[in-house]
Amino acid sequence: MASCIEELDYEILLAHTTFAKCSKLIQNRCREIYFVTPGYKIFNIYLIGIPPLPIGIEDDHVLIAYIKPCHGAFALKIPGGSEIERIRKELKK
Amino acid sequence: MTKTALLALGCPEFPVQTSTAIYLAYKLQKHGITPVFAGNKSALLLVKVADPERHYCNGKMMNLDMTIGALSTRNIDFDFCFVFVHSDSGIAYLASIHALSKGKMVAIVFGKCAEELTEQCKNICEHVLAAPVIHNPLPLKELIDGVSTWLHV
Repeated sequence: MASCIEELDYEILLAHTTFAKCSKLIQNRCREIYFVTPGYKIFNIYLIGIPPLPIGIEDDHVLIAYIKPCHGAFALKIPGGSEIERIRKELKK
Repeated sequence: MTKTALLALGCPEFPVQTSTAIYLAYKLQKHGITPVFAGNKSALLLVKVADPERHYCNGKMMNLDMTIGALSTRNIDFDFCFVFVHSDSGIAYLASIHALSKGKMVAIVFGKCAEELTEQCKNICEHVLAAPVIHNPLPLKELIDGVSTWLHV
């Protein structure tokens, strides 16, 4: 499993923005949404933000908000692989 | 057992952050509290280079995201968490550390958007030290000097 966001084949949906805007985009765009607390681990990344943090599933991709201290928040679309089934199992609606 | 305090640094784009963090570490040590710095590489290097013999920063230095992971897995916690906030990212880290740590939370707010960020910080944690400064560390220093009244709580 990748240990760094840069090793993932992500698509940037929003860049250099706020966590709130990324959260809104994920919730508006995805029909399948799960909410987690900060520190939830996905793709070996610990999610950061103002709880509850949305994880969106769109087809075989996962949408998350990713925070960088110097560059703001990014909404990322990442190929989900086995993480999608794990999320569904762990975070049943 | 010695108490510990996390000093979670944001992007070091504003000069006031490093100076204030080192001063806070000095004050914490005076109260017998070990400071632990967390930040990105540049933020930590600014502290390391300014204090080569570790007079003021005698505790650990940790990558900020690794610190979030360690808090999340309960491998670490702190008696106090001071989070430096000058942007929306800082608010996200403050909210995350608040959710993961049992320590007393303090937001240190500065920069161009300090007023707006202060209101958001107050929704997250009880203690907020705020001054709209970028270069001048004295207003934050004075606020930190006042912290000693509740450090032992």
